[in-house]
Amino acid sequence: MAMNPGSKPVLQHSTATAGGMAEAHPAPPSGLLRWLLTTNHKEIGSLYLIFSLVMFFIGGIFAMVVRAELFQPGLQLVQPEFFNQMTTMHGLIMVFAAVMPAFTGLANWMIPLQIGAPDMALPRLNNFSFWLLPVAFTLLLSTLFMPGGGPNFGWTFYAPLSTTYGPPSTTFFILSLHIAGISSILGAINIIATILNMRAPGMRMMDMPLFVWTWLITSFLLIAVMPVLAGVITMMLMDINFGTSFFDAAGGGDPVLFQHLFWFFGHPEVYIMILPAFGIVSAIIPTFARKRLFGYASMVYATAAIAILSFLVWAHHMFVVGLPLVAELFFMYCTMLIAVPTGVKVFNWITTLFRGSISFEPPMLFALAFVVLFTIGGFSGLMLAIAPADFQYHDTYFVVAHFHYVLVPGAVFAIMAGVYYWLPKWTGHYPNERLAQWHFWLSVVGVNLTFFPMHFAGLAGMPRRIPDYALQFADFNLVSSLGAFLFGASQLLFVAVVVLCVRGGRRAPAQAWDYAEDLEWSVPSPAPLHTFDTPPTFERPAH
Amino acid sequence: MTSSDPHRDNRAGVRRTVWRSVAALAGMFAFAFALVPLYDVFCQVTGLNGKVNNSAQAVMHDGVDESRLVTVQFITRSGSGLPWQLEVETRQMRVHPGQPTEVSFTFDNQGDEESWGRAVPSVSPSQASQHLRKISCFCFDEQRLEAGERRDIPLVFQLSRDLPPDVKTVTLVYTLYPVEARNAPQQASAVTLEGEQS
Ligand SMILES: [Cu+2]
Repeated sequence: MAMNPGSKPVLQHSTATAGGMAEAHPAPPSGLLRWLLTTNHKEIGSLYLIFSLVMFFIGGIFAMVVRAELFQPGLQLVQPEFFNQMTTMHGLIMVFAAVMPAFTGLANWMIPLQIGAPDMALPRLNNFSFWLLPVAFTLLLSTLFMPGGGPNFGWTFYAPLSTTYGPPSTTFFILSLHIAGISSILGAINIIATILNMRAPGMRMMDMPLFVWTWLITSFLLIAVMPVLAGVITMMLMDINFGTSFFDAAGGGDPVLFQHLFWFFGHPEVYIMILPAFGIVSAIIPTFARKRLFGYASMVYATAAIAILSFLVWAHHMFVVGLPLVAELFFMYCTMLIAVPTGVKVFNWITTLFRGSISFEPPMLFALAFVVLFTIGGFSGLMLAIAPADFQYHDTYFVVAHFHYVLVPGAVFAIMAGVYYWLPKWTGHYPNERLAQWHFWLSVVGVNLTFFPMHFAGLAGMPRRIPDYALQFADFNLVSSLGAFLFGASQLLFVAVVVLCVRGGRRAPAQAWDYAEDLEWSVPSPAPLHTFDTPPTFERPAH
Repeated sequence: MTSSDPHRDNRAGVRRTVWRSVAALAGMFAFAFALVPLYDVFCQVTGLNGKVNNSAQAVMHDGVDESRLVTVQFITRSGSGLPWQLEVETRQMRVHPGQPTEVSFTFDNQGDEESWGRAVPSVSPSQASQHLRKISCFCFDEQRLEAGERRDIPLVFQLSRDLPPDVKTVTLVYTLYPVEARNAPQQASAVTLEGEQS
């Protein structure tokens, strides 16, 4: 979404703070080739963001199909087979093609700027990791048109539903997930290499902005669990095509093993989608509260603690598979323990706000909504962590409500907050205030109308992933569907704001927000194509 | 970590980071596959997934615990494309721990050609799986049945005396699987050919 500063193809060099003379950069090729071959972190960041926005809409259309079918009881619009493909594809696209690439895009744009590096450590690898994504997801989307249809087994693709009983296109699904996984892994290596080796002279680890810290920890998580995902889908591939029996009880395998392996990846994966959000919110709240962030060090340690604990809780997704009592207790207590570092974070944000001189620009609105609504998602997560209670909640709409609260007003709102916050740096213009306010309020109302009633439907026993439901759930589903249409439509406003902001608008100075103090605000707005050719000298803010 | 000019002098640092990451990646990929045998060993030691020993065990002669009775239930399931039926003479019995007991199962091939199959056992609750000793069982081998053949095969089992006292009922489930047709094209996928993309 962020248009590259090179739409005015003038070779600028970073000025002022970057200081000094830098060597000239060769002129980029023109037209499409420029985007295909670019190794510039800002252009690749923009590509990631545009890609994820497109995928956000494609995954959103799938969600609209689901909500339209659930608008009233009975089967009206689609067949159950197609409904299953829609829920599955919605989940896969939103997780792997919308949320994850959006955070990677923000990382590409902002991490070099925030640590005073001229680019990512491995620019050509960076180009490769991006271009793997369109390949992966074109392949994934094309399965919808194959005989037998696309994946229809839920985004968690439990075996043997996805192996013995999966559609013939499952092999393509596996291939596309492999490619997307390689892309994330390469992106993670690049980010770690950049952060560890390319910080401005004088910037210690504990001086880094929290967005950089959270992304560093996220990258470690990616390196730890993406290979496990790759392993699981490789085993699936072998079960389907080469006659092995990893997950097939007939040949001595065990379907429950699939769930253990999948959730060993899957739980850290949900933190991969939320830790960078914590970083963004930790940048925005101090800026618009005009106070320093309360408890910087505790934020870093809390993030690390969440990451470590995320490896010890996977079986909370499996309380009903028949775990022994000891295991139920272990995973229940470990899961509840995660509320402690997460609570530290929420406490720090609120304390930062306390007696702050707060103003409500669009980034701040989204960040504040994040804190409130993500916390609701956290609380329902705590409820689900209670093993005996989970026996009732398991596989109901309560779970759907929970993870949508942490992912939509959680991760997605944080991404939008980040986009509104950094748009002035990317484009040199402030986003249109009125439209952005409309976008925010419609989104907040839409999100809560969509997902709050799902708590009640779930507690009353409505199962997830079913195209039809009993009559007593009709009202809840009607409200959810109306909310979803509202939320979906209001995202068009978001596109309008971004496009208008690229085209023009009130001009933004280098320091676009008064109290923003990280390094990115020391380069001009819009940020020139090449910044920090000469490393800046990092000065610790005196407080 | 930051040298005088981190931007150009740190290629070595970047290279080191990359190699360490690649090593970690390879390690985690191998770890995922290592988890498969580890899981099996772990389950065999603890009996967690209800899997039982796949070979005959000797009878334990340490007496019969007449003071308690445990209900043992048998459930048989066919399916997976094998035209067989598995029946058990009695669905439920009460036994004393330590008492060797024989039950007769009937395999019935209702198809019109000979086929190979196997009954895969599973015990629940899982903590009972280590205390259910099978002295002789058809589940150790694959079976071959002629078209229309019926065959009675006995199961001899014994509940060990150290079965946890809170276990009052043990359920033994046998699921029939075809042995050779296992990798034949699945039928489920063909069903969705119509009706999709509506
Ligand atoms: Cu989890």
